[in-house]
Amino acid sequence: MPVPARMLWLPAAALFGLAGIVAASASDPGPGAAPTAPGRDMAQQATRGPQRWITSDHSKHEILKQPFASGPEVTRACLSCHTEAASQIHRTIHWTWVDPASPPEKPMGKGALTVNNYCVSIHSNEPRCTSCHIGYGWKDKTFDFSDPAKVDCLVCHERTGTYKKFPAGAGNPAAKPTVFPGDGKTYEPPDWNRVAQSVGRPTRDNCGACHFYGGGGDAVKHGDLDSSMHKPNRSLDVHMGVDGKNFDCTRCHTTRAHQVAGRIYATPAATERTPLTRDDLTPRITCESCHTATPHRPGVKANDHTDKVACQSCHIPEFARVLPTKMRWDWSTAGRMKEGKPYKEKGPLGFPVYDTQKGDFIWEKNVRPAYFWYNGTIDAISLKDPIDPTRRVAINWPVGSPADVNSRIAPFKVHEGKQPYDTVHKTLLVPHLFGPPGSEAYWQKYDWRAALESGMKQAGLPFSGEFDFVETTYVFPTTHMVAPKERSVACNECHTRENGRMAGIAGVYLPGRDGNRVIEVLGWATVLGSLAGVLVHGIGRAVSRRRKEG
Amino acid sequence: MNAETANACRMVNVYLYTRYERFWHWLQSGLVVILLVTGFETHGRLELLGFKRAYEIHNYTGLFWLIAFAFFVFWVFTTGEWRQYVPTTRKLFAVIRYYLFGIFRGEPHPVPKRKEAKHNPLQRLVYLGLAAVLLPIQMASGFLYWSYNSWPAWGLGWLSLPVVAAVHLAGAFAILSFLVVHLYMITTGHSLTAHTRAMICGWEEIEEREAVEDWEVKTRRTPA
Repeated sequence: MPVPARMLWLPAAALFGLAGIVAASASDPGPGAAPTAPGRDMAQQATRGPQRWITSDHSKHEILKQPFASGPEVTRACLSCHTEAASQIHRTIHWTWVDPASPPEKPMGKGALTVNNYCVSIHSNEPRCTSCHIGYGWKDKTFDFSDPAKVDCLVCHERTGTYKKFPAGAGNPAAKPTVFPGDGKTYEPPDWNRVAQSVGRPTRDNCGACHFYGGGGDAVKHGDLDSSMHKPNRSLDVHMGVDGKNFDCTRCHTTRAHQVAGRIYATPAATERTPLTRDDLTPRITCESCHTATPHRPGVKANDHTDKVACQSCHIPEFARVLPTKMRWDWSTAGRMKEGKPYKEKGPLGFPVYDTQKGDFIWEKNVRPAYFWYNGTIDAISLKDPIDPTRRVAINWPVGSPADVNSRIAPFKVHEGKQPYDTVHKTLLVPHLFGPPGSEAYWQKYDWRAALESGMKQAGLPFSGEFDFVETTYVFPTTHMVAPKERSVACNECHTRENGRMAGIAGVYLPGRDGNRVIEVLGWATVLGSLAGVLVHGIGRAVSRRRKEG
Repeated sequence: MNAETANACRMVNVYLYTRYERFWHWLQSGLVVILLVTGFETHGRLELLGFKRAYEIHNYTGLFWLIAFAFFVFWVFTTGEWRQYVPTTRKLFAVIRYYLFGIFRGEPHPVPKRKEAKHNPLQRLVYLGLAAVLLPIQMASGFLYWSYNSWPAWGLGWLSLPVVAAVHLAGAFAILSFLVVHLYMITTGHSLTAHTRAMICGWEEIEEREAVEDWEVKTRRTPA
C-alpha cells in the first residue's frame, strides 16, 4: 500500500522540531540581542568615574623646595606633614620583608629565613637585593628598621619616572653618576626637588620598578609581571590595558594606611569573598570583589564553575605573553670560564641561557600555567627545615584541597631550580653571591665552599662544609595578564582525555577527562557484543534464506 | 508479495501505530541519537562538534526529552496503551526460540502483531524495561548531573558526581546496545523494510491468522 501523503507530516514535524532544538541550543545569542554579563556590568559600575582629586599641590610646598642631598632628607620633609606615614610603613612587609601576620616562631619572608630558587636568599647579598627595598641603606643585618628617615617615600610616590635606585646601592640612588657593571648603564643621582614635588598616588611604573624586575632582571620571576605591563594593551591585560580600562595596580591592590591588599606568603589576600554589593569598602583584591561569584550571563556554564575553578584559570590562558620568563635556573653548572674569563651565552629568545656567574637558564614564552588546588595560602620551607634531597624539593607550594570550600583550581608558574644544599645537615644553603673584590662572594672567587660558608655565617646558620646541588621548585600564583574574554581558555582544553590543562588535578570529576573504568569496559563489551550478535544472526538469516531458495 | 510469505499465510494490512505513537517514536529516536552522539563527545570519546557545543546540545536535548517524556507518560496512561507493556511469560520462550532457531527455518512468528497486541512477549519485557526503568534512570541521572551545582541547596549534598556520572554512562551504553539490536530487529519483518514502513505510515502487512488470544489483548473490557 502506498504511503498516504497526509501521513508524511508526522516524521517531518518531528525532524523540524529536532532541528529547532539543535539550532536554539547551539546558537549563542548575539552581542546586541542578549544582556551583557552581570559580572561585567557590576565591575564597570564599580570602576566608573575614577577621577581622583587631591587638595594639595606638592610643588607649592616650601619644604620641598629646599636643597636635598639624600633620600632621608626628603623623607624627613614628607614626615613633617605626613606624621604617621613612617610608622605605618614600618608595619608592612614592604618594609620588614617579613609577613607581619606570620607567627613569630615561623616568620616568613626574605627578611627571615625563607628562600627561593633564584638568588636563594638576601642574607650576605643585601646591597644588591635591597636595591628593591623601600628604604635607604639596608646593606647588612645592622640596618635600623626603626628609623623613620630611612623610609623611601619616593620610590612609590614620585611621578616623574626619573627616580632610580642604584642596583647595588642597598636602596640608595647613586650619589654621583655611576655605572652598574651588571647592565652597563649609568645611574644618575636624582633631581631631588623635582622628584619630591612630583609625588602622588603610586602608578604602575612605581610598583613595576621593583615588581616587574624581581629576581634581578626584567621578566625573570613572576611570569605575569614584567616590563610589558608598564604600558600593556588590552589583549595583554584587559584591566590595565592603556587602550582599555588603564588600571593602575592600586585599582585592585587597594590600600589602607600603607597596607597594600594582596597575598603575603601564607597570608591570603582575602579570607572572605565579599563583593562590593555587600560591602562597598571591601578591598578590591579578588576578582569577585567587582565581578561577583556569578559574573557570566545567566545560564552560562562558567557560572557553575566558580565554586571549583579560580577565574584566573580560564581567563589567563598563558603567562609571559610578551616577554619570555625564566622557567629553570641550574646553579650547578655555574663557574665555567671561557679563556679564563666569565662569559654569557644568549639563547634563541634573546635572553642568556648560560652565565658563568649563575649557571644554566631556560626561558619560555606563552607558557601554559600549572594548576593546583589553592585557598590563597602559599606555604614554604625555611633554611632551617630539613629536606629530602633524593627527590625534587618543593620550596613553596599552594595550600588547598578539593574538600576545602575556600579552595579553587588556580594557575601557577612553577620555576625549577638546582641549588646548593648541605649534604650533612640536609638543609638548603645560602650562597654569598654579591660582594666587593676580595670578598668570599661567589661572583668574585667562584668558590662555592667559600661562598656558602660566608652566606650561612651571615644568615646565622650552621654549614657542615659538605654540599651538593638539589632539584627544587618554586611557585608563583598567576593572576595578572588577564586576557579579554574572547581569548579565555576553551572548554575542551580541560574537558579532554589527553594532555588537558587539568590532567594533574585530583578530587573532582571532570566530564570529558574522567570516567568509570569498569563501566567503560563493560559498556563497550556490551555494545560490541550486541553488534557481533546481530551480525552473526543476520549472516545466519541470509545463509538460510539462500539455502532455501537454492 | 513474494511466493514464500504467500505460501505461509495470507497478508493483511493493519493500522498498527497511531499518529502520536509514530511521532513519539521518531522524535524519541532523534533525541536518542543526538544524546548519544553529544553524550559520548562530552565523555571525551568523540570529536565532532567541540566539547562546548556538544555539551550544550546534550543539555538542551536532555531537558527537552524530559518534558516530552511527560507527554508520553500521559498518553500511555490515558489511552490504556500501558497494557501493551504488561509483562508476560506466556509464549516468551517460544518467541526466544523463534529468534534463535525458527527464524532461520522460515517458521512463522509465534506471536504475530495485532492492533490490540502489537508487542510480542519479548518486546513487552524489553520495552517495559526501556520505558519504565532504563529511560527514567537515564533521565533522572542526567537531570541530577545537569543540576550538580544545586545539590547542596536541594539537600542532595551527599550525592557523588562520579557515581551519578557512572550510572548515566552505564545507561548510555545500555541504550546504545539496545539501538544496535533494535536497528537489526526491524529488518526481521516479512520483508526487510516492513517494520520501518509501519513506523512511518502506521500500516503494516501482517500474516492473517487466528484471532488474538485473550491474554494478548491489551484492553480488558469489564462488564458495565
